[in-house]
Amino acid sequence: MKTRSAIIGGAFVVLGLVTLSSALYTVSETEQVVITQFGEPIGLAITQAGLHVKVPFAQEANFFEKRWLEWNGNTNQVPTRDKKYIGVETYARWRIDNPLLFFQRLKDERGAQSRLDDIIDGETRNVIASHDLIEVVRTTNREFEKGEEVEDIMEAESMRQIKLGRDKLTRLILAQVSHIVPDYGIELVDVQIQRVNYIASVQAKVFDRMISERKRIADRYRSEGQGKSAEIRGKKERELKVIESEAYRKTQESMGKADAEAAAIYAEAYNRNRELYRFLKTMETYHSAIDKDSWLVLSTTTDVFRYLQSQNAAGGGK
Amino acid sequence: MANHGAGFDPEEFTRAAREFGARLRQSRRLLLTIALVIVGGAAIYGSYYQVEPDEIGLVTRFGRFVRTSNPGPHAKFPFGIERVQKVPVQRQLKQEFGFRTARADIQSSFRKDEKTSAESDMLTGDLNVATVEWIVQYKISDPYKYLFRVRDTEETFRLMTEASMRTVVGDHSVTELLTVGREAIAAKAKELLSNLCKIYDNGIAVQQLILQSVDPPEPVRPSFNEVNQAIQERERSINEAWAEYNQEIPRARGLAEQKIQAAEGYAVDRVNRAKGDAQRFVALEEQYRKAPEVTRSRIYLETMAAVLPTAGKKLIFDEKAKGILPMFPLGPVQEVKP
Repeated sequence: MKTRSAIIGGAFVVLGLVTLSSALYTVSETEQVVITQFGEPIGLAITQAGLHVKVPFAQEANFFEKRWLEWNGNTNQVPTRDKKYIGVETYARWRIDNPLLFFQRLKDERGAQSRLDDIIDGETRNVIASHDLIEVVRTTNREFEKGEEVEDIMEAESMRQIKLGRDKLTRLILAQVSHIVPDYGIELVDVQIQRVNYIASVQAKVFDRMISERKRIADRYRSEGQGKSAEIRGKKERELKVIESEAYRKTQESMGKADAEAAAIYAEAYNRNRELYRFLKTMETYHSAIDKDSWLVLSTTTDVFRYLQSQNAAGGGK
Repeated sequence: MANHGAGFDPEEFTRAAREFGARLRQSRRLLLTIALVIVGGAAIYGSYYQVEPDEIGLVTRFGRFVRTSNPGPHAKFPFGIERVQKVPVQRQLKQEFGFRTARADIQSSFRKDEKTSAESDMLTGDLNVATVEWIVQYKISDPYKYLFRVRDTEETFRLMTEASMRTVVGDHSVTELLTVGREAIAAKAKELLSNLCKIYDNGIAVQQLILQSVDPPEPVRPSFNEVNQAIQERERSINEAWAEYNQEIPRARGLAEQKIQAAEGYAVDRVNRAKGDAQRFVALEEQYRKAPEVTRSRIYLETMAAVLPTAGKKLIFDEKAKGILPMFPLGPVQEVKP
């Protein structure tokens, strides 16, 4: 009797617990819930985190993420409008905006991922294919700092102005995709072009171009060096000439001035008595003109030897 | 107690059941105690948690965020009623791009593979290719947002960083990237990434973005080195020319100065001599004027006296001795000459 009541009591407790666990469910901060009753969605989605109650057994809680979710694209090989083959990788972040719609259309995240693959990859290809490569690479029209290199080295193509640029292209993709995905209860929050690279065959050509570009730059540096050093040598030659000729001019100038001054001094002095000067200079000349190899043929009528003839010849000499 | 007999004896079964019941009642207290101890132990174990100094704890009750807890020991409701997630808010976190630190040590070793080179190869604004390696340092500034706003925040952050860096590099030329633009690029990429973090509201604060190495791609590298060599060559030939210049010009200046000084010396010498000569002449002339005849004769005779002995041969003849032919002893003189 007692045992039976215990068994019945136990059964009730178990039944109660099962019911309770079916009636109660917790929603975490990262989740949102759609309640379905025998498969039919009931009411609005529950986005408030915490402990919630539903009708046990009849109703079922379907959990969905509330956070921003991943979508990472594969590498798309796309020709740009100017026929450059590039690999583009995009990534996007999205959230389940309308869990009910999402549940009805896509069932779960896996369904969403494959649908997003189709939509975003397709849209990316469209946008890339209808723009030039430079639009995908650059964001603004800022001018490159030239450093030491000269601009004619740059490829003409890379100097072209862009109309949109990378940022606006991603906004374009985002806008296009955002037209479509609300039908699936999805909101696309961001799309970014993560990577853009040349495909292998194009890359090889780009490398060749880069190499030849660098060679040109190197040649330019070398000839610049030769030119500059020649310029310096020329400057040196010119300065040497300037220095030498100026020195010559100065020496001639000061020597000439001195000569002139000396001449003036002599003239002034000798003008006092020209006859005496002539006489003295003549006497001086004898000193230097006569040496041991000289012959002197002297008449006794000369002043020196006058007295050889007669002692009183002195008066009649002149 | 089990009945091993062949037949079933209800009497014995009842007795055995009673006995079992009695023993059960006896040990019930013991069982209850054990159960209480187990439950109590689990409750205490589940209530206690510790937050490390560099972390912060986020407590959720039935999935709902209720409070944060600072470093130290804390209590919560056990049995999954309250759960705690710890987030390292004080720690400086780092992500590497283009390489991975294989072993961080005094001399760290790095690893590169296909995956990392896919991260580092990128297009520059002049449609060239560059290899860029960089790191980003960040902190979790808002643990709530970090946990609950974006799923896999870390991986998302990686992608955001890559997209930012490529956007900035795509707006610079390869030359800028390799030389003058490095700091500007890092700063711009950081700014872009910080803005993106604000838009994503992911609770991450970017602290530093550092460019580690920026290189031309492997096959192109030798030609970039050649450019550097050419720059060196240019510098060298310019320096050589300047060295020559510096060697010759000062020397020429010195020589020129020497000539000028010498000329000036000559000038002074010339003038002084002239003055001396003039003064001497003037002095003599003054005396001469007083007694011209005597002075003149004196000078003449003095000169003759000085000059005549120096002459090698002298021939003195008398004009009146007309009959006598003067004799020139030419022969012997020529013989005497050496």
